[in-house]
Amino acid sequence: MNYLYAAYAAAWMIHGSYLGLMWKRYREVKRERDALSGGL
Amino acid sequence: MRRAFPILAVATLAFLGYAFYAAWFVAPTEQTMGNVQRIFYYHVPSAWTAFLLFFLNFVASVQYLLRPSEVGDKIGKAVALGIAALTCVGAFLIKPLPYELEPGAVATTGIMIAGIYFLVRGFFSERGTDILALVSAEVGVVFCTVVLVTGPLWARPVWGIWWTWDVRLTSTLVLWLIYVSYLMLRKLSTSGETPKLAAALAVFGALDMPLVYFSIWFFRTQHPQPVIGGGGSIDPRMLRVLLINWLAFLCFASLVCWLRFQLETMKRDVEETQALEALLEPGALR
Repeated sequence: MNYLYAAYAAAWMIHGSYLGLMWKRYREVKRERDALSGGL
Repeated sequence: MRRAFPILAVATLAFLGYAFYAAWFVAPTEQTMGNVQRIFYYHVPSAWTAFLLFFLNFVASVQYLLRPSEVGDKIGKAVALGIAALTCVGAFLIKPLPYELEPGAVATTGIMIAGIYFLVRGFFSERGTDILALVSAEVGVVFCTVVLVTGPLWARPVWGIWWTWDVRLTSTLVLWLIYVSYLMLRKLSTSGETPKLAAALAVFGALDMPLVYFSIWFFRTQHPQPVIGGGGSIDPRMLRVLLINWLAFLCFASLVCWLRFQLETMKRDVEETQALEALLEPGALR
């Protein structure tokens, strides 16, 4: 049963990490966009 | 679409929640493996989703390479139509099909290949196909990582070992490495030709996909035989839960791809504007 818990936890940790990385990238791009003089 | 996002996100989360409930409480317990077999409901849908995303990457890469040339575009369309026609005719003319493949499944696969090709061609511009290739490879690597992590977690209690270098497992690891290399090339190369080089790598990388998929038919492997198609059998209740989980993961993958696509588009727009501003007003980027 522990292997089952570990597999499900690992799967969501991988997806969560990727979503976290995307959120970090979004904030960086948004900061750059806001810094543009004319804006987009 | 932006307004629909919260609704789609909540619906996908609810669907994933239901799929989780079905995998843990609705699907019957497998007699020999017990509860650890339920890893299958995450492992197999993740593998199918990764395959689909890598195939999307292949189609987008082919189009990125062919579309600028009129002749190339025509060849691409002809090949897509040819695949659909050949699989449809071949599926019903060749009797029996090798490895007990279902004619309907073979024909549907051929039509789907052509369908995906024309959908990508119709909905994405040249820049769009490049972004789609990047996004599908990135999300595909995430799903393939899930496959490579959940597989050993199932193998340890069932086989008694975490890993074995058999064809299915090794070719899946190679597939993962190919797409990680693809992402590294895109991330680290500063050349203007990077999208073309990456597209060429993706076309060759995709050659590993049929090897991974058909390895359990062609070679004697330790990996279990196919549970659907190819003469495999599965309890109908397990099959239903498996398909529910796959559908839920497909919805999740589509949502993540859409978000990543928007982010990449925004990033490229910002980079283009920055370049333009640097040209017009060098002091603006101080």
